[in-house]
Amino acid sequence: MSNELLIPLILIVPLLVAGAVLIFSSIPDVREASTLIGAVTLFILCCILAARVASGTEVIWPSPDGMQFDVALGLSFQFKLEPLGAMFAVIASGLWILNSLYSIGYMRGSRERNQTRFYICFGLALFGVMGVAMSGNLFTLFVFYEVLTLSTYPLVAHKGDENARRGARIYLLTLLGTSIGLLLMAVVWTFALAGSLDFVEGGLLAGKVGPVLGGVLLLLFVFGVGKAALMPVHFWLPNAMVAPTPVSALLHAVAVVKAGVFTIMKLAIYIFGLDMLSALPMTEVVLWVGCFSIVVASLIALTKDNLKARLAYSTVSQLSYVTVGAMLANTAGATGAGLQIAMHAMAKITLFMCAGAIYVATGKTEISQMRGLGRKMPIVFICFFIASLSIIGVPPLGGAWAKYELMQGAVSADHTYVVFVLIASTLLNVAYLLPIAILGLMPPNADNLEIAGFKRPGGAPALTVIPLMITAAGCFVLFFSVDFITDFLAPVFGAQP
Amino acid sequence: MPFDIVSLLPDALVRHLPALVVVFPMLLAPITAVVPSWRVAWAIVLAGIVGSVICAFALVQVVYADGTLSYALGGWAPPLGIEFVVDKMNAPILLLVAIIGTLATIYALPTMVKEIPEEKRALFMSAFILCMAGLLGVAVTGDAFNLFVFLEISSISTYVLVAIGGMNDRRAFTAAFNYLIMGSIGATFYVIGVGFLYAATGTLNMTDLAARIPEVADSTTIHAGFAFIVVGLGLKLAMFPLHQWLPNAYAYSPNFVTVFLAATATKVAFYALVRLLFSVFSPALEFQQMTFTWVLAPLAAIAAITCSFQAVFQTDIKRMLAYSSVAQVGYMLLGLALATELGLSAGLFHLINHAMMKGALFMAVGGVALSLGSSQLRDFAGVARKAPWTMTAMAIAALSLVGVPLTAGFLSKVALFKAALVEGWWWVVVVLAMSSVLAVLYVGRILESTFFKTPGPTQMNVREAPIMLLLPLWVLALANIYFGIDASFITNLTDGAASIAFPGVRP
Repeated sequence: MSNELLIPLILIVPLLVAGAVLIFSSIPDVREASTLIGAVTLFILCCILAARVASGTEVIWPSPDGMQFDVALGLSFQFKLEPLGAMFAVIASGLWILNSLYSIGYMRGSRERNQTRFYICFGLALFGVMGVAMSGNLFTLFVFYEVLTLSTYPLVAHKGDENARRGARIYLLTLLGTSIGLLLMAVVWTFALAGSLDFVEGGLLAGKVGPVLGGVLLLLFVFGVGKAALMPVHFWLPNAMVAPTPVSALLHAVAVVKAGVFTIMKLAIYIFGLDMLSALPMTEVVLWVGCFSIVVASLIALTKDNLKARLAYSTVSQLSYVTVGAMLANTAGATGAGLQIAMHAMAKITLFMCAGAIYVATGKTEISQMRGLGRKMPIVFICFFIASLSIIGVPPLGGAWAKYELMQGAVSADHTYVVFVLIASTLLNVAYLLPIAILGLMPPNADNLEIAGFKRPGGAPALTVIPLMITAAGCFVLFFSVDFITDFLAPVFGAQP
Repeated sequence: MPFDIVSLLPDALVRHLPALVVVFPMLLAPITAVVPSWRVAWAIVLAGIVGSVICAFALVQVVYADGTLSYALGGWAPPLGIEFVVDKMNAPILLLVAIIGTLATIYALPTMVKEIPEEKRALFMSAFILCMAGLLGVAVTGDAFNLFVFLEISSISTYVLVAIGGMNDRRAFTAAFNYLIMGSIGATFYVIGVGFLYAATGTLNMTDLAARIPEVADSTTIHAGFAFIVVGLGLKLAMFPLHQWLPNAYAYSPNFVTVFLAATATKVAFYALVRLLFSVFSPALEFQQMTFTWVLAPLAAIAAITCSFQAVFQTDIKRMLAYSSVAQVGYMLLGLALATELGLSAGLFHLINHAMMKGALFMAVGGVALSLGSSQLRDFAGVARKAPWTMTAMAIAALSLVGVPLTAGFLSKVALFKAALVEGWWWVVVVLAMSSVLAVLYVGRILESTFFKTPGPTQMNVREAPIMLLLPLWVLALANIYFGIDASFITNLTDGAASIAFPGVRP
């Protein structure tokens, strides 16, 4: 299959899924089957793509000598794969399969309404993710970034009650507001300065802007990418938790937020260039903001009793690892950031799926009500425990490597305080994640002998439990395959020192 | 051009195209008024406007092939006789007005049945086509005084069109009266300004004026004339703070009239301003440069912010969109005030896009109002479930209004951003970005209410709009998407228009 076919196919498959869901809306089994088939197809295509990228083939569409997708004003659509984007596409499409299985169990288990709209928007969101992952210039990235924002808005507002509408309103306003108010300005400014928006090895802006303007642009970019949830534009994420749990799991732990930090990494590597970034005084400021986010979001997470809210703040904190890694602006830091995208995705989707499984089975959302629940749902709580350890960074789980590389990057960039921030964050991870699993597995205490019963007869549906077992196992696999990932990513960041 | 129309038309016709494009609808106006059946009247109007579209298309083609066309009306050679001039600047405007007019006419059929008493419909159609002729005339004329005549033809018929809304909502009478007073002041100011120019130069032909003004540019007469003209046209195009007539006129006139006005009338007035500022006066004149920098640009910026802000708090969707229109006029004026080719091209690009999105938005609101009987935001709760096609089209246009990628509104905003940044006017970008965020707020209010609220008893009778209404609506909605993906057709036209305004820059 040629590249000319592969990239458009990857873009079209999610759209076809959305179309098929619409056509088969009255036959739920066929509707869900089409989602699953689409997800598997997409995953296979993304793997082929990644293999091409790994073999060093230039995957680009439309090819420079063929017909171009010119839009006007010198802007054009361009797709070009590099390892980081390929990895993001593989992660997102792979987890979409598991998440689709999980969605079927969850949505049917909790008898949600408007399931057709739900699956359509999911397909459209994946379309946006694939576009972001494969974008070959900043314009394309921006366009698909917005597609992602808009397609996930109906998912957040899914329930349609006052609370969901409020959450969705904040979600949309924050993401659209920052992207149109700040990101677009930065994009066009870059366009005016550099004359193009292509991703260039070594940085598009390198040598074209002074330190002051560069700093202003950097600030516009990092806060304009609201999806990266850098404080203070993080508050949309906890508000997005009104969405059904599969949405929180795939989109607000993996696809949407990772699209944000992925954008940050793309900007750091291909727009600014790591060399220019390390020379900018403003980078240090963004680094501080990132460290602040890591610690403060963890502290807020400690205070939350609602499980999904706690996980959301944990996500805010973990996302800033990626931003910090990018701002360290050296090979180890950027590698750590790249690894963190993969590791955190696997672990956090597991945690969210656990939260959803608990909700479907018992209707419980508050951590304080879950004491002793692990006795009734051991698999779910053990997987929760494993994923927590991966977030904390305990070997032999994937999260360990990301933290290791980040610390190495911090030391070689002479930002020792980042190491301390990471250590503090690890301790906070322990404090807010481990008690959930441990208390769940403990016997109920004396004054509360009654363990919460199952709301749904038979407990969590098998379809909600199997995917989270697979992702929990994935956390182990990632630990042992880290060489494979770093080798794969190496062309982006340059060789390890 | 995408397809060849000129070769299909006889030569004798092609020679008279500049006049035909206006004369055709104008001759139909009295015929329409006396036709006994309003359906026949409607058909005549539609045929007439389709004729104008063909003429406009052919004109665009001719202008791009052979350059500027000059047509001496009645054979009296300019500068003494009245001259019609078609060049790259007004040919796209003719096309825009004619196409929007066609779509609006199709839209008129189902809405008239509901909103206008039967005995008035033929007259209504007659006033509409007269207004259309006036607007086309404004666009095509090359004579400053003749422009006033056509401006008044279109304005006076517009007052009638707005006032017909009084059959349903008596507030339309005051709105029309207000519009009449303000519009007449505008027209008077314009004609006073033209009088000053005539006194100073002794000519009314635009080309002639442009040649003679530089010699006397420092006289108070010219300065006064300039001021009167800018204020007069500013009233017509709803330039902040001369926009007070607009929200009520849009809100209370029949839905069809709102669609037509929002998408054409202010646009043509904007074109007239551009024509006067760039082809009669010149941006090189010192007082004009000062006006751009210290009057037009700040006022446009204030409009973009405050009127967007006002739009957020409106309870009536039509009023909300009307305030949004004033803010969007501010965008276009900002592009114009940059006084560069890039800026003017971006402003005109936004003008065309805005006609498409506001046209679609007002069509959709009118389509629901047809069965709902109200355009209050709270009555629109959950109507998307009852009328999904109408509301989806509206959502597309609304996103275009915000400037979401893959819609036309996004590209014109990018064009404006870029034009401003190239000039180093970064504050324009800040203003536009703030205004866009406000647009997210008010558009968000509409979308949230229509799509995510549960319909109540008020919305029980809401039905999907009739097919004759959905057709033009979806044409515009799809145009918003199409030109968001490939806008080269429009940007070619606007670049060409801007090159006329800055003849020295490009041969």
